[in-house]
Amino acid sequence: MTPGETAVISGFSDDQISVKLLEMGFLPGTAVRFNFTAPLGDPVCVSVSGYDLSLRLEEASSIMILN
Amino acid sequence: MNGDPKITVALTGKPNSGKSSLFNRLTGLNQKIGNFPGVTVDKRTGICQLDDHTSAEIIDLPGTYSLYPRTLDEKVVAEVFTDPKGKFYPDKVVLVADATNLKNCLLLLTQLIDLRLPTVLALNMVDLAAKSGQSIDIKKLEEQLDVPVVMINARNGTGIEKLRNILVGPIKPSAKTIYKSDNETRPLIDAIKSKYNLTSDYEAYQFLQQAENLMFLSKEDREYIRAYAKQNNFFVHKYQGAETVMRYGFIQDLLNKVILRSSNEGWKRISYGIDRVLTHKVFGYIIFFLILFLIFQSIFAWAQIPMDFIDSTFAQLSNKLDEVFPAGPFFELVSHGIVPGVGGILIFIPQIAILFAFISVLEETGYMSRVVFLMDKIMRKFGLSGKSVVPLMSGWACAIPAIMATRTIENWKDRLITIFVTPLMSCSARLPVFTILVALIIPDYKVLGFFNYQGLVLMGLYLLGFLAALFSAIVLKFFVKVKERSYLIMEMPTYKMPKWSNVGLQIVEKTKTFVFQAGKTILAISIILYVLASYGPADEMNAAKETVRKEVEGQNISEQQIQDKIAAYKLEHSYAGQLGKVLEPMIKPLGYDWKIGIALVTSFAAREVFVGTIATIYSIGSAEDQPTIKQRLRSEVNPDTGGPRYTMAVGLSLLVFYTFAMQCVSTLAVVKRETKGWKWPMIQLAYMTTLAYLSAFAIFQLLR
Repeated sequence: MTPGETAVISGFSDDQISVKLLEMGFLPGTAVRFNFTAPLGDPVCVSVSGYDLSLRLEEASSIMILN
Repeated sequence: MNGDPKITVALTGKPNSGKSSLFNRLTGLNQKIGNFPGVTVDKRTGICQLDDHTSAEIIDLPGTYSLYPRTLDEKVVAEVFTDPKGKFYPDKVVLVADATNLKNCLLLLTQLIDLRLPTVLALNMVDLAAKSGQSIDIKKLEEQLDVPVVMINARNGTGIEKLRNILVGPIKPSAKTIYKSDNETRPLIDAIKSKYNLTSDYEAYQFLQQAENLMFLSKEDREYIRAYAKQNNFFVHKYQGAETVMRYGFIQDLLNKVILRSSNEGWKRISYGIDRVLTHKVFGYIIFFLILFLIFQSIFAWAQIPMDFIDSTFAQLSNKLDEVFPAGPFFELVSHGIVPGVGGILIFIPQIAILFAFISVLEETGYMSRVVFLMDKIMRKFGLSGKSVVPLMSGWACAIPAIMATRTIENWKDRLITIFVTPLMSCSARLPVFTILVALIIPDYKVLGFFNYQGLVLMGLYLLGFLAALFSAIVLKFFVKVKERSYLIMEMPTYKMPKWSNVGLQIVEKTKTFVFQAGKTILAISIILYVLASYGPADEMNAAKETVRKEVEGQNISEQQIQDKIAAYKLEHSYAGQLGKVLEPMIKPLGYDWKIGIALVTSFAAREVFVGTIATIYSIGSAEDQPTIKQRLRSEVNPDTGGPRYTMAVGLSLLVFYTFAMQCVSTLAVVKRETKGWKWPMIQLAYMTTLAYLSAFAIFQLLR
């Protein structure tokens, strides 16, 4: 995904992290928007369920999206 | 009962939901900070008068998104809520929710409902939600959840009165059940529920999910439940994921019914505009370093005035007491041991207060999470996290508040490494030692016209400490093993103005924590060191006056000089002095003699004591008189070589030693408090002392 893009979450590739991500509102079927990255490319800022979060690339890449 | 029944009310909710503001609103200055037993989590409690007859003890629990902990602090929450026999089990619970982001806040609420806890939902920031075009049907929300709902504004106090009234009356637990066990989990839940006599299915489910976190269970019980869950294929992560999805399903349904007019402003926020500047490739870092610079400047400059005031007040008090008290060991202990000891604790208050004023403003405005966002990648290379930046940089002012500031780091490993390396950042207490030694051995001339040679060396020492901190962090990264993974799933709150009373209360809280918890250890050790430096074998100490007077007989020197000589003699023959002599063979390879040895021993309490001890031991009288000390040190002769004692090699070796050595009781006391035990402060002491010794050894041997 590139900054500004919006996508729909389809699932997760990491069991352990997915539990935390689910709690924060990253639910399969919801929209997630990639807002911008930190100056060094990691972490990234995303919007989900109506608020902003920062994720490390490692965590963000465990979110699978529909496309 | 004497007409004043007391109930326990727990405040809970996700971070940034306004929980602390509400806590401050309810309790005012009636707050106490303690610890939850067995963990380093701060327990904030306070008393709130609900009406004329009822008062409540309010417990402010750590902010959490759900009962499943992601940090050490959050473990407490699940423990408190699943232990009905526990000391902190609340009679009533207030869940503080951020109305602008209701979905997220309700997750924990649905868990509390399943635990059958009598809960009130306090909707905060309703005004902000309305501004963004969202209004909530409170009646329907109450109906659907079967939980009383009250709209509050924790910032200006609206709705607090109503909340109090609700808390006075009876609250019955919601009759709803959101979590429903399936065929796979039902038999397990039933078994655990009947074995431990639990009231709700969900409590039994929590036992199965995280028995290892529930410390009120006995060790055998915890192991039994874990083994039982494993045997019967209770898949922790799978079920937890399914549960969360189930709960959000319920919440989404609910929100569809109660949110009247959802805004369609979509992804656009005012905050983005600010973020574009504050997290910009160039400006982001420039602004951050400017803010850091401002923090340092204030800690260095503004704190100096109150610190000098505390310093001189206690020195005067000490002298006053000498005049008032009759002579005797007890009174001397009071005036020279305890009074300066207490002064040595209080002197840190200005720095702590200023640092936490800044930190809490940064947190309140939401800027702190941007700092983490900016710095995370760089810091991770060194085994640290983005949240380590502020504590590390604050270490340049003083390690005490800096280590206290590591509280914001959630991951235990990241936090431990940060605590471990922070004392290597050259703090302001090293400055007096540095300046006197640099002035002594480094010639005062300019390089390239304006670079002062002495200034360059001083800067080099700061850089050396910084590099040592980073290097140690890398090394430690491989040694510290923890089970938890490092996450950075962090909310980026929208920018807002800080609430000044929260800032004030945070300052008061941190200062109190330091004075009452670390202060005890500092006082105890400074008294021990005082005794070591003032007492010695009785006959030698008693003979001090006569011996010195005999020595100087016939010489033409003033009474003051005789007194100084007596003090020097006493210090030399005290236990600390003896220790210095015992140390001599060990520190000789570093180029030091027993006199420096004594200074090393006494300055273990605090580095700056080095200067005072050197002054006493060379019978200079006043430590204020820096030129005299310099003169005296310069003329000190090394009996082995016949040359001066303080050569370039010895001076540099001492400088490096003080850059690396722990030499600060207060830091050890704070580390002990923050890591809950002597293990880490002792490892840290050993590591830093070894590093200091070996580097000083290498420097001296290479240069001499």
